[in-house]
Amino acid sequence: MGVEQKLGNMGVVTTTLEQAVAWSRTNAMWPLLFGLACCAIEMMSAQASHYDMSRFGMELMRPSPRQSDLMIVAGRVSRKMAPVLRRLYDQMPEPKWVISMGDCASCGGVFNNYAVVQGVDEVVPVDVYVAGCPPRPEALIHGVLTLYEKVRGIKFADVQK
Amino acid sequence: MPDIQEVTVDDLKHLVSEKAIQGETMLLNMGPQHPSTHGVLRLLLELDGETVINCIPDIGFLHTGIEKNMEAKTYQKAEVMSDRLDYMNPVGNNLAYSMAVEKLVELDVPVRAQAIRVILAELTRYQSHLVWLGTAALDLAAMSMFLYCFREREYILDVMELCSGQRMMTTYIRPGGLWRDVPVEFEAAVRNILKTFPKRIDEYEALLTRNPLMLDRTLGIGRLTGEECLNFGVTGPMLRASGVKWDLRKTRPYSGYEQYDFEVPTRPEGDVYARFLVRLEEMRQSLKIVEQALNKLPMGPVRSNNFKFVPPPRSEIGVSMEALIHHFKLWTDGFNAPKGSIYNAVESPRGELGVYLESDGGPKPYRIHWRTPSFDNLQSIPLMAKGVLVADLVAIIGSIDIVLGDVDR
Repeated sequence: MGVEQKLGNMGVVTTTLEQAVAWSRTNAMWPLLFGLACCAIEMMSAQASHYDMSRFGMELMRPSPRQSDLMIVAGRVSRKMAPVLRRLYDQMPEPKWVISMGDCASCGGVFNNYAVVQGVDEVVPVDVYVAGCPPRPEALIHGVLTLYEKVRGIKFADVQK
Repeated sequence: MPDIQEVTVDDLKHLVSEKAIQGETMLLNMGPQHPSTHGVLRLLLELDGETVINCIPDIGFLHTGIEKNMEAKTYQKAEVMSDRLDYMNPVGNNLAYSMAVEKLVELDVPVRAQAIRVILAELTRYQSHLVWLGTAALDLAAMSMFLYCFREREYILDVMELCSGQRMMTTYIRPGGLWRDVPVEFEAAVRNILKTFPKRIDEYEALLTRNPLMLDRTLGIGRLTGEECLNFGVTGPMLRASGVKWDLRKTRPYSGYEQYDFEVPTRPEGDVYARFLVRLEEMRQSLKIVEQALNKLPMGPVRSNNFKFVPPPRSEIGVSMEALIHHFKLWTDGFNAPKGSIYNAVESPRGELGVYLESDGGPKPYRIHWRTPSFDNLQSIPLMAKGVLVADLVAIIGSIDIVLGDVDR
Protein backbone atom coordinates (compact mmCIF):
# COMPACT_ATOMS: atom_id res chain seq x y z
CA MET A 1 0.00 0.00 0.00
CA GLY A 2 1.04 3.47 -0.76
CA VAL A 3 4.40 5.05 -0.84
CA GLU A 4 6.31 2.16 0.80
CA GLN A 5 5.59 -0.31 -1.99
CA LYS A 6 6.16 2.13 -4.77
CA LEU A 7 9.50 3.37 -3.56
CA GLY A 8 10.74 0.19 -1.83
CA ASN A 9 14.01 0.64 -0.09
CA MET A 10 15.21 3.59 -2.08
CA GLY A 11 15.08 5.81 0.98
CA VAL A 12 15.42 8.96 -1.07
CA VAL A 13 12.81 10.80 -3.09
CA THR A 14 13.86 13.40 -5.58
CA THR A 15 11.50 16.11 -6.65
CA THR A 16 11.54 19.78 -7.35
CA LEU A 17 10.97 22.28 -4.60
CA GLU A 18 7.97 23.64 -6.51
CA GLN A 19 6.30 20.24 -6.52
CA ALA A 20 7.08 19.57 -2.87
CA VAL A 21 5.61 22.90 -1.82
CA ALA A 22 2.53 22.41 -3.99
CA TRP A 23 2.08 18.92 -2.55
CA SER A 24 2.17 20.17 1.00
CA ARG A 25 -0.09 23.13 0.27
CA THR A 26 -2.78 21.05 -1.38
CA ASN A 27 -2.78 18.30 1.23
CA ALA A 28 -3.34 20.46 4.26
CA MET A 29 -5.27 23.51 3.14
CA TRP A 30 -7.15 24.82 6.13
CA PRO A 31 -10.35 26.69 5.38
CA LEU A 32 -11.60 29.60 7.45
CA LEU A 33 -14.57 28.57 9.58
CA PHE A 34 -16.85 31.23 8.25
CA GLY A 35 -20.43 30.77 7.10
CA LEU A 36 -22.80 33.42 5.85
CA ALA A 37 -26.10 31.86 4.81
CA CYS A 38 -27.68 28.77 3.27
CA CYS A 39 -24.47 27.65 1.56
CA ALA A 40 -22.78 27.44 4.95
CA ILE A 41 -25.07 24.55 5.85
CA GLU A 42 -24.04 22.69 2.72
CA MET A 43 -20.43 23.55 3.53
CA MET A 44 -20.96 21.94 6.93
CA SER A 45 -22.47 18.92 5.19
CA ALA A 46 -19.37 18.68 3.06
CA GLN A 47 -17.29 18.68 6.23
CA ALA A 48 -19.45 16.13 8.02
CA SER A 49 -19.57 12.37 7.89
CA HIS A 50 -21.33 11.78 4.59
CA TYR A 51 -19.03 13.76 2.31
CA ASP A 52 -16.02 14.04 4.58
CA MET A 53 -13.68 16.70 3.25
CA SER A 54 -10.94 15.38 5.51
CA ARG A 55 -10.15 13.06 2.60
CA PHE A 56 -8.58 16.13 1.05
CA GLY A 57 -6.78 17.29 4.15
CA MET A 58 -9.45 19.85 4.99
CA GLU A 59 -11.07 18.52 8.15
CA LEU A 60 -9.60 21.30 10.19
CA MET A 61 -11.53 24.54 9.83
CA ARG A 62 -9.88 27.38 11.61
CA PRO A 63 -12.08 30.05 13.17
CA SER A 64 -9.12 32.42 13.18
CA PRO A 65 -8.17 33.98 9.85
CA ARG A 66 -4.55 34.03 11.00
CA GLN A 67 -4.37 30.26 10.75
CA SER A 68 -6.26 29.64 7.54
CA ASP A 69 -5.26 29.37 3.91
CA LEU A 70 -8.60 29.30 2.19
CA MET A 71 -11.70 31.44 2.51
CA ILE A 72 -14.92 29.82 1.37
CA VAL A 73 -17.45 32.61 0.96
CA ALA A 74 -20.57 30.55 1.61
CA GLY A 75 -23.66 32.64 1.10
CA ARG A 76 -24.94 36.07 0.21
CA VAL A 77 -22.71 38.98 1.17
CA SER A 78 -24.68 41.98 2.34
CA ARG A 79 -23.40 45.53 2.10
CA LYS A 80 -22.95 45.55 5.86
CA MET A 81 -20.91 42.35 5.80
CA ALA A 82 -18.65 43.27 2.88
CA PRO A 83 -16.13 45.38 4.83
CA VAL A 84 -15.95 42.69 7.51
CA LEU A 85 -15.27 40.10 4.85
CA ARG A 86 -12.51 42.22 3.39
CA ARG A 87 -10.92 42.66 6.81
CA LEU A 88 -11.00 38.91 7.37
CA TYR A 89 -9.34 38.41 4.02
CA ASP A 90 -6.67 40.95 4.84
CA GLN A 91 -5.96 39.17 8.11
CA MET A 92 -5.23 35.86 6.41
CA PRO A 93 -1.54 35.16 5.85
CA GLU A 94 -0.15 34.66 2.34
CA PRO A 95 -0.54 32.49 0.34
CA LYS A 96 -4.34 32.60 0.46
CA TRP A 97 -7.15 31.58 -1.81
CA VAL A 98 -10.85 32.30 -2.07
CA ILE A 99 -13.67 30.06 -3.23
CA SER A 100 -16.93 31.81 -3.97
CA MET A 101 -19.55 29.24 -3.07
CA GLY A 102 -23.01 29.55 -4.55
CA ASP A 103 -24.80 31.91 -6.87
CA CYS A 104 -25.26 34.73 -4.36
CA ALA A 105 -21.57 34.99 -3.59
CA SER A 106 -20.62 34.60 -7.24
CA CYS A 107 -23.02 37.06 -8.88
CA GLY A 108 -25.80 38.04 -6.50
CA GLY A 109 -27.94 35.07 -7.46
CA VAL A 110 -31.67 35.63 -7.10
CA PHE A 111 -31.10 38.73 -4.99
CA ASN A 112 -30.62 41.55 -7.43
CA ASN A 113 -31.35 44.33 -4.97
CA TYR A 114 -30.03 47.10 -2.79
CA ALA A 115 -28.80 44.92 0.05
CA VAL A 116 -26.65 42.24 -1.54
CA VAL A 117 -23.19 42.70 -3.05
CA GLN A 118 -23.52 41.52 -6.65
CA GLY A 119 -20.63 39.11 -6.57
CA VAL A 120 -18.03 38.86 -3.85
CA ASP A 121 -15.30 39.53 -6.43
CA GLU A 122 -16.15 43.21 -5.91
CA VAL A 123 -14.57 42.83 -2.48
CA VAL A 124 -11.94 40.07 -2.59
CA PRO A 125 -10.16 38.32 -5.49
CA VAL A 126 -11.83 34.98 -6.20
CA ASP A 127 -10.00 31.87 -7.46
CA VAL A 128 -12.85 29.43 -8.00
CA TYR A 129 -16.57 29.98 -8.44
CA VAL A 130 -18.97 27.21 -7.50
CA ALA A 131 -22.43 27.42 -9.05
CA GLY A 132 -25.66 26.28 -7.42
CA CYS A 133 -28.25 27.57 -5.01
CA PRO A 134 -27.00 26.13 -2.78
CA PRO A 135 -24.35 23.97 -4.47
CA ARG A 136 -24.36 20.33 -3.48
CA PRO A 137 -21.44 19.26 -1.28
CA GLU A 138 -20.10 17.37 -4.29
CA ALA A 139 -20.01 20.64 -6.21
CA LEU A 140 -18.05 22.29 -3.42
CA ILE A 141 -15.61 19.39 -3.34
CA HIS A 142 -15.22 19.73 -7.09
CA GLY A 143 -14.49 23.41 -6.57
CA VAL A 144 -11.86 22.58 -3.98
CA LEU A 145 -10.21 20.06 -6.30
CA THR A 146 -10.23 22.64 -9.09
CA LEU A 147 -8.46 25.02 -6.74
CA TYR A 148 -5.90 22.30 -5.94
CA GLU A 149 -5.14 21.99 -9.63
CA LYS A 150 -4.58 25.70 -9.79
CA VAL A 151 -2.31 25.66 -6.74
CA ARG A 152 -0.29 22.76 -8.14
CA GLY A 153 0.34 24.82 -11.26
CA ILE A 154 1.89 27.75 -9.37
CA LYS A 155 5.42 28.46 -10.57
CA PHE A 156 7.83 30.19 -8.20
CA ALA A 157 9.14 32.31 -11.04
CA ASP A 158 5.68 33.78 -11.64
CA VAL A 159 5.12 34.58 -7.99
CA GLN A 160 8.45 36.39 -7.62
CA LYS A 161 7.70 38.79 -10.45
CA MET B 1 -17.71 49.17 -0.58
CA PRO B 2 -18.29 51.21 2.61
CA ASP B 3 -15.42 51.31 5.07
CA ILE B 4 -15.61 49.96 8.57
CA GLN B 5 -16.56 52.78 10.90
CA GLU B 6 -14.33 53.24 13.87
CA VAL B 7 -16.48 53.54 16.99
CA THR B 8 -15.35 55.05 20.26
CA VAL B 9 -16.75 54.32 23.68
CA ASP B 10 -18.59 57.65 23.57
CA ASP B 11 -20.68 56.42 20.65
CA LEU B 12 -21.80 53.46 22.72
CA LYS B 13 -22.75 55.51 25.78
CA HIS B 14 -26.46 54.80 25.50
CA LEU B 15 -25.91 51.05 25.30
CA VAL B 16 -23.43 50.24 28.04
CA SER B 17 -23.14 51.03 31.73
CA GLU B 18 -21.26 53.91 33.37
CA LYS B 19 -18.40 51.61 34.30
CA ALA B 20 -17.55 50.91 30.69
CA ILE B 21 -17.11 54.62 29.96
CA GLN B 22 -14.71 54.94 32.87
CA GLY B 23 -12.82 51.88 31.71
CA GLU B 24 -13.60 49.66 34.69
CA THR B 25 -15.30 47.06 32.55
CA MET B 26 -14.20 45.81 29.18
CA LEU B 27 -16.08 46.03 25.90
CA LEU B 28 -15.58 43.03 23.69
CA ASN B 29 -16.87 42.21 20.24
CA MET B 30 -18.11 38.70 19.61
CA GLY B 31 -18.69 38.12 15.94
CA PRO B 32 -19.77 38.69 13.21
CA GLN B 33 -17.27 35.97 12.35
CA HIS B 34 -17.36 33.70 15.36
CA PRO B 35 -17.92 29.94 15.32
CA SER B 36 -20.56 29.94 18.04
CA THR B 37 -22.78 32.74 16.76
CA HIS B 38 -24.30 30.40 14.14
CA GLY B 39 -23.86 32.79 11.29
CA VAL B 40 -23.11 36.47 11.23
CA LEU B 41 -24.49 37.72 14.51
CA ARG B 42 -22.42 40.33 16.30
CA LEU B 43 -22.65 40.69 20.04
CA LEU B 44 -21.16 43.59 21.89
CA LEU B 45 -20.29 42.33 25.35
CA GLU B 46 -19.54 44.37 28.40
CA LEU B 47 -17.41 42.20 30.63
CA ASP B 48 -16.36 42.39 34.23
CA GLY B 49 -13.62 39.80 34.16
CA GLU B 50 -15.36 36.69 32.91
CA THR B 51 -18.89 37.84 33.73
CA VAL B 52 -21.19 39.37 31.15
CA ILE B 53 -22.75 42.60 32.41
CA ASN B 54 -24.38 43.71 29.19
CA CYS B 55 -24.93 41.96 25.92
CA ILE B 56 -26.05 44.01 22.94
CA PRO B 57 -26.86 42.13 19.75
CA ASP B 58 -26.07 43.84 16.47
CA ILE B 59 -27.95 42.32 13.58
CA GLY B 60 -28.26 43.08 9.89
CA PHE B 61 -25.08 41.46 8.62
CA LEU B 62 -27.20 39.17 6.49
CA HIS B 63 -29.88 41.64 5.48
CA THR B 64 -30.93 40.46 2.07
CA GLY B 65 -33.95 42.57 1.23
CA ILE B 66 -36.08 39.49 0.72
CA GLU B 67 -39.36 41.24 1.53
CA LYS B 68 -38.67 43.99 -0.99
CA ASN B 69 -37.57 41.51 -3.61
CA MET B 70 -40.74 39.49 -3.17
CA GLU B 71 -42.86 42.58 -3.78
CA ALA B 72 -41.28 42.93 -7.22
CA LYS B 73 -42.44 39.47 -8.32
CA THR B 74 -45.78 37.89 -9.04
CA TYR B 75 -47.34 35.69 -6.36
CA GLN B 76 -46.01 32.47 -7.87
CA LYS B 77 -42.51 33.68 -8.57
CA ALA B 78 -42.06 35.36 -5.20
CA GLU B 79 -42.21 32.00 -3.49
CA VAL B 80 -38.68 31.15 -4.59
CA MET B 81 -37.42 33.88 -2.27
CA SER B 82 -39.20 32.45 0.75
CA ASP B 83 -36.96 29.35 0.76
CA ARG B 84 -33.91 31.45 1.37
CA LEU B 85 -35.40 33.24 4.33
CA ASP B 86 -35.03 30.68 7.07
CA TYR B 87 -32.75 28.30 5.28
CA MET B 88 -33.08 25.57 7.88
CA ASN B 89 -36.81 25.38 7.26
CA PRO B 90 -37.45 25.98 3.54
CA VAL B 91 -40.54 23.76 3.39
CA GLY B 92 -42.10 25.53 6.36
CA ASN B 93 -41.55 28.91 4.72
CA ASN B 94 -43.15 27.67 1.51
CA LEU B 95 -46.05 26.35 3.54
CA ALA B 96 -46.59 29.64 5.36
CA TYR B 97 -46.43 31.64 2.15
CA SER B 98 -48.56 29.27 0.08
CA MET B 99 -51.23 29.16 2.75
CA ALA B 100 -51.30 32.95 2.92
CA VAL B 101 -51.79 33.19 -0.85
CA GLU B 102 -54.44 30.48 -0.70
CA LYS B 103 -56.31 32.42 1.97
CA LEU B 104 -56.04 35.60 -0.06
CA VAL B 105 -57.49 34.16 -3.26
CA GLU B 106 -59.60 31.52 -1.51
CA LEU B 107 -58.11 28.41 -2.99
CA ASP B 108 -58.86 24.91 -1.75
CA VAL B 109 -56.06 22.44 -1.34
CA PRO B 110 -56.70 18.72 -1.99
CA VAL B 111 -56.36 16.47 1.06
CA ARG B 112 -53.50 14.47 -0.43
CA ALA B 113 -51.50 17.64 -0.91
CA GLN B 114 -52.21 18.65 2.67
CA ALA B 115 -50.98 15.32 4.02
CA ILE B 116 -47.80 15.44 1.93
CA ARG B 117 -47.25 19.00 3.12
CA VAL B 118 -47.45 17.82 6.71
CA ILE B 119 -45.01 14.95 6.08
CA LEU B 120 -42.45 17.21 4.45
CA ALA B 121 -42.89 20.00 7.00
CA GLU B 122 -42.32 17.57 9.86
CA LEU B 123 -39.28 16.04 8.18
CA THR B 124 -37.93 19.55 7.73
CA ARG B 125 -38.55 20.28 11.39
CA TYR B 126 -36.63 17.13 12.25
CA GLN B 127 -33.79 18.14 9.94
CA SER B 128 -33.66 21.61 11.43
CA HIS B 129 -33.52 20.19 14.95
CA LEU B 130 -30.75 17.85 13.82
CA VAL B 131 -28.63 20.75 12.64
CA TRP B 132 -29.41 22.60 15.86
CA LEU B 133 -28.44 19.57 17.94
CA GLY B 134 -25.22 19.05 16.01
CA THR B 135 -24.07 22.65 16.14
CA ALA B 136 -25.27 23.43 19.67
CA ALA B 137 -23.49 20.31 20.95
CA LEU B 138 -20.43 21.33 18.96
CA ASP B 139 -20.45 24.62 20.85
CA LEU B 140 -20.34 22.58 24.05
CA ALA B 141 -17.36 20.69 22.58
CA ALA B 142 -19.20 17.49 21.68
CA MET B 143 -17.73 16.94 18.24
CA SER B 144 -19.20 13.52 17.61
CA MET B 145 -22.79 14.79 17.83
CA PHE B 146 -22.17 17.03 14.85
CA LEU B 147 -21.05 14.07 12.75
CA TYR B 148 -23.96 11.87 13.83
CA CYS B 149 -26.56 14.55 13.21
CA PHE B 150 -25.32 15.37 9.76
CA ARG B 151 -25.24 11.68 8.92
CA GLU B 152 -28.98 11.45 9.64
CA ARG B 153 -29.75 14.72 7.93
CA GLU B 154 -28.65 13.26 4.61
CA TYR B 155 -31.55 10.78 4.71
CA ILE B 156 -34.05 13.61 4.93
CA LEU B 157 -32.34 15.63 2.24
CA ASP B 158 -32.52 12.56 0.03
CA VAL B 159 -36.31 12.55 0.44
CA MET B 160 -36.44 16.24 -0.45
CA GLU B 161 -34.35 15.56 -3.49
CA LEU B 162 -36.61 12.70 -4.53
CA CYS B 163 -39.63 14.97 -4.45
CA SER B 164 -38.29 18.19 -5.84
CA GLY B 165 -34.86 17.60 -7.34
CA GLN B 166 -33.22 19.98 -4.85
CA ARG B 167 -31.70 19.18 -1.50
CA MET B 168 -32.48 22.34 0.40
CA MET B 169 -34.34 25.00 -1.55
CA THR B 170 -37.19 22.84 -2.75
CA THR B 171 -40.06 25.25 -3.56
CA TYR B 172 -42.08 22.05 -3.70
CA ILE B 173 -45.16 23.40 -1.94
CA ARG B 174 -46.93 25.83 -4.24
CA PRO B 175 -50.03 27.96 -3.79
CA GLY B 176 -52.90 25.58 -4.49
CA GLY B 177 -51.08 22.35 -3.68
CA LEU B 178 -47.75 20.88 -4.65
CA TRP B 179 -45.50 21.16 -7.66
CA ARG B 180 -46.32 17.56 -8.56
CA ASP B 181 -47.12 14.26 -6.87
CA VAL B 182 -44.45 12.45 -4.91
CA PRO B 183 -42.50 9.75 -6.77
CA VAL B 184 -43.13 6.04 -6.10
CA GLU B 185 -39.91 5.70 -4.09
CA PHE B 186 -41.15 8.30 -1.63
CA GLU B 187 -42.98 5.94 0.72
CA ALA B 188 -40.09 3.48 1.03
CA ALA B 189 -37.65 6.30 1.73
CA VAL B 190 -39.83 7.79 4.46
CA ARG B 191 -40.51 4.33 5.96
CA ASN B 192 -36.76 3.80 6.14
CA ILE B 193 -36.44 7.05 8.07
CA LEU B 194 -39.24 6.03 10.42
CA LYS B 195 -37.52 2.72 11.06
CA THR B 196 -34.01 3.98 11.75
CA PHE B 197 -34.47 7.36 13.38
CA PRO B 198 -36.04 6.45 16.76
CA LYS B 199 -32.98 4.35 17.57
CA ARG B 200 -30.75 7.24 16.58
CA ILE B 201 -32.54 9.62 18.94
CA ASP B 202 -31.87 7.09 21.72
CA GLU B 203 -28.22 7.24 20.74
CA TYR B 204 -28.17 11.01 21.09
CA GLU B 205 -29.85 10.73 24.44
CA ALA B 206 -27.32 8.16 25.58
CA LEU B 207 -24.53 10.53 24.61
CA LEU B 208 -25.93 13.73 26.02
CA THR B 209 -28.92 13.57 28.34
CA ARG B 210 -27.13 12.24 31.42
CA ASN B 211 -23.69 13.42 30.41
CA PRO B 212 -22.18 15.31 33.38
CA LEU B 213 -20.33 17.70 31.07
CA MET B 214 -23.58 18.55 29.33
CA LEU B 215 -25.44 18.97 32.63
CA ASP B 216 -22.74 21.25 34.03
CA ARG B 217 -22.86 23.46 31.00
CA THR B 218 -26.62 23.70 30.60
CA LEU B 219 -28.52 23.20 33.88
CA GLY B 220 -29.89 26.49 35.21
CA ILE B 221 -28.24 28.54 32.46
CA GLY B 222 -30.12 31.16 30.47
CA ARG B 223 -33.30 30.91 32.46
CA LEU B 224 -36.46 32.56 31.12
CA THR B 225 -39.84 32.43 32.81
CA GLY B 226 -43.00 31.88 30.82
CA GLU B 227 -44.09 35.45 31.44
CA GLU B 228 -40.80 36.89 30.21
CA CYS B 229 -41.10 34.75 27.10
CA LEU B 230 -44.56 36.11 26.38
CA ASN B 231 -43.42 39.68 26.99
CA PHE B 232 -40.60 39.31 24.51
CA GLY B 233 -42.72 37.48 21.94
CA VAL B 234 -40.59 34.38 22.26
CA THR B 235 -42.26 31.38 20.64
CA GLY B 236 -41.51 27.81 19.71
CA PRO B 237 -39.44 25.35 21.72
CA MET B 238 -38.06 28.19 23.85
CA LEU B 239 -41.54 29.14 25.00
CA ARG B 240 -42.51 25.52 25.60
CA ALA B 241 -39.33 24.93 27.60
CA SER B 242 -40.54 27.72 29.89
CA GLY B 243 -43.75 25.91 30.66
CA VAL B 244 -46.18 27.57 28.26
CA LYS B 245 -48.02 25.02 26.18
CA TRP B 246 -48.41 26.92 22.93
CA ASP B 247 -47.97 25.22 19.62
CA LEU B 248 -49.82 26.49 16.57
CA ARG B 249 -50.16 22.96 15.27
CA LYS B 250 -52.33 22.20 18.28
CA THR B 251 -53.89 25.52 19.19
CA ARG B 252 -54.69 26.73 15.68
CA PRO B 253 -54.41 23.65 13.50
CA TYR B 254 -53.72 24.12 9.82
CA SER B 255 -53.15 21.78 6.88
CA GLY B 256 -54.94 18.94 8.65
CA TYR B 257 -52.81 18.81 11.81
CA GLU B 258 -55.97 18.28 13.86
CA GLN B 259 -56.24 14.70 12.53
CA TYR B 260 -52.94 13.60 13.97
CA ASP B 261 -52.33 12.45 17.47
CA PHE B 262 -49.23 14.02 18.99
CA GLU B 263 -48.03 15.57 22.20
CA VAL B 264 -46.73 19.09 22.72
CA PRO B 265 -43.73 18.62 25.01
CA THR B 266 -43.22 21.24 27.69
CA ARG B 267 -40.78 21.70 30.57
CA PRO B 268 -41.17 24.07 33.49
CA GLU B 269 -37.48 24.99 34.01
CA GLY B 270 -36.88 27.37 31.12
CA ASP B 271 -33.13 26.83 30.98
CA VAL B 272 -30.83 25.62 28.24
CA TYR B 273 -31.19 22.01 29.31
CA ALA B 274 -34.99 22.20 29.20
CA ARG B 275 -34.81 23.53 25.63
CA PHE B 276 -32.60 20.62 24.72
CA LEU B 277 -35.09 18.12 26.17
CA VAL B 278 -38.06 19.81 24.51
CA ARG B 279 -36.44 19.76 21.09
CA LEU B 280 -35.43 16.11 21.42
CA GLU B 281 -38.99 15.20 22.35
CA GLU B 282 -40.29 17.26 19.43
CA MET B 283 -38.15 15.19 17.12
CA ARG B 284 -39.88 12.04 18.36
CA GLN B 285 -43.30 13.66 17.97
CA SER B 286 -42.45 14.73 14.42
CA LEU B 287 -41.75 11.13 13.52
CA LYS B 288 -45.07 10.17 15.09
CA ILE B 289 -46.92 12.69 12.92
CA VAL B 290 -45.08 11.58 9.79
CA GLU B 291 -45.98 7.96 10.46
CA GLN B 292 -49.67 8.72 10.94
CA ALA B 293 -49.81 10.93 7.86
CA LEU B 294 -48.06 8.32 5.76
CA ASN B 295 -50.31 5.51 6.97
CA LYS B 296 -53.47 7.26 5.91
CA LEU B 297 -52.12 9.14 2.94
CA PRO B 298 -55.20 9.58 0.71
CA MET B 299 -55.04 9.20 -3.05
CA GLY B 300 -56.19 11.89 -5.41
CA PRO B 301 -54.96 15.09 -7.02
CA VAL B 302 -52.24 17.17 -5.40
CA ARG B 303 -53.14 20.48 -6.99
CA SER B 304 -56.27 22.53 -7.01
CA ASN B 305 -58.06 22.45 -10.37
CA ASN B 306 -58.86 26.15 -10.26
CA PHE B 307 -56.71 27.02 -13.25
CA LYS B 308 -57.21 30.74 -12.77
CA PHE B 309 -54.63 30.51 -9.98
CA VAL B 310 -52.86 27.19 -10.42
CA PRO B 311 -51.00 26.20 -13.59
CA PRO B 312 -52.70 23.30 -15.41
CA PRO B 313 -50.86 19.98 -15.63
CA ARG B 314 -48.26 19.70 -18.32
CA SER B 315 -50.10 16.85 -20.05
CA GLU B 316 -53.15 19.01 -20.71
CA ILE B 317 -51.30 21.84 -22.38
CA GLY B 318 -50.83 19.89 -25.60
CA VAL B 319 -54.49 18.90 -25.94
CA SER B 320 -56.51 21.70 -24.39
CA MET B 321 -56.54 25.21 -25.79
CA GLU B 322 -57.89 26.55 -22.50
CA ALA B 323 -55.09 24.94 -20.54
CA LEU B 324 -52.57 26.52 -22.87
CA ILE B 325 -54.10 29.96 -22.37
CA HIS B 326 -54.19 29.52 -18.59
CA HIS B 327 -50.59 28.40 -18.57
CA PHE B 328 -49.49 31.34 -20.69
CA LYS B 329 -51.42 33.90 -18.67
CA LEU B 330 -50.23 32.55 -15.35
CA TRP B 331 -46.56 32.57 -16.21
CA THR B 332 -46.52 35.88 -18.04
CA ASP B 333 -48.97 38.06 -16.08
CA GLY B 334 -49.66 36.07 -12.96
CA PHE B 335 -53.08 36.27 -11.35
CA ASN B 336 -54.78 39.26 -9.79
CA ALA B 337 -55.47 38.78 -6.12
CA PRO B 338 -58.44 40.54 -4.55
CA LYS B 339 -57.77 43.66 -2.51
CA GLY B 340 -57.16 43.00 1.14
CA SER B 341 -54.66 41.81 3.67
CA ILE B 342 -53.98 38.44 5.22
CA TYR B 343 -51.90 37.18 8.11
CA ASN B 344 -51.08 33.51 8.23
CA ALA B 345 -48.86 31.78 10.75
CA VAL B 346 -47.41 28.30 10.95
CA GLU B 347 -45.27 26.60 13.57
CA SER B 348 -41.72 26.60 12.28
CA PRO B 349 -38.97 24.69 14.14
CA ARG B 350 -38.14 27.97 15.86
CA GLY B 351 -41.62 29.25 16.63
CA GLU B 352 -44.40 31.22 15.04
CA LEU B 353 -43.56 31.99 11.44
CA GLY B 354 -46.06 34.45 10.07
CA VAL B 355 -46.63 36.00 6.67
CA TYR B 356 -48.47 39.26 6.29
CA LEU B 357 -49.66 39.87 2.74
CA GLU B 358 -51.19 43.12 1.57
CA SER B 359 -52.76 43.11 -1.85
CA ASP B 360 -53.77 46.14 -3.91
CA GLY B 361 -55.64 44.01 -6.42
CA GLY B 362 -52.70 43.51 -8.77
CA PRO B 363 -50.65 40.45 -9.66
CA LYS B 364 -47.87 41.34 -7.24
CA PRO B 365 -48.08 41.64 -3.47
CA TYR B 366 -48.16 45.27 -2.41
CA ARG B 367 -46.41 44.50 0.83
CA ILE B 368 -45.05 41.32 2.35
CA HIS B 369 -43.90 41.17 5.91
CA TRP B 370 -42.46 38.11 7.58
CA ARG B 371 -42.89 37.66 11.29
CA THR B 372 -39.85 35.50 11.83
CA PRO B 373 -39.41 33.60 15.10
CA SER B 374 -35.62 33.95 15.34
CA PHE B 375 -35.88 37.73 15.37
CA ASP B 376 -38.22 37.75 18.35
CA ASN B 377 -36.38 34.97 20.14
CA LEU B 378 -33.08 36.79 19.76
CA GLN B 379 -34.49 39.81 21.58
CA SER B 380 -34.42 37.88 24.82
CA ILE B 381 -30.66 37.42 24.73
CA PRO B 382 -29.72 40.60 26.67
CA LEU B 383 -31.96 39.39 29.47
CA MET B 384 -30.61 35.85 29.50
CA ALA B 385 -26.99 36.89 29.17
CA LYS B 386 -26.98 39.20 32.18
CA GLY B 387 -24.60 37.89 34.82
CA VAL B 388 -23.54 34.69 33.08
CA LEU B 389 -20.02 33.67 32.13
CA VAL B 390 -18.80 34.04 28.57
CA ALA B 391 -18.69 30.28 28.14
CA ASP B 392 -22.33 30.06 29.23
CA LEU B 393 -23.28 32.71 26.70
CA VAL B 394 -22.12 30.30 24.00
CA ALA B 395 -24.50 27.67 25.36
CA ILE B 396 -27.32 30.23 25.47
CA ILE B 397 -26.86 31.32 21.86
CA GLY B 398 -26.88 27.67 20.87
CA SER B 399 -30.11 27.06 22.76
CA ILE B 400 -32.01 29.89 21.04
CA ASP B 401 -31.42 28.15 17.70
CA ILE B 402 -31.24 31.36 15.71
CA VAL B 403 -30.92 31.33 11.97
CA LEU B 404 -29.50 34.62 10.82
CA GLY B 405 -31.32 34.47 7.51
CA ASP B 406 -34.47 34.41 9.59
CA VAL B 407 -33.40 37.31 11.81
CA ASP B 408 -32.15 39.69 9.15
CA ARG B 409 -34.30 38.71 6.17
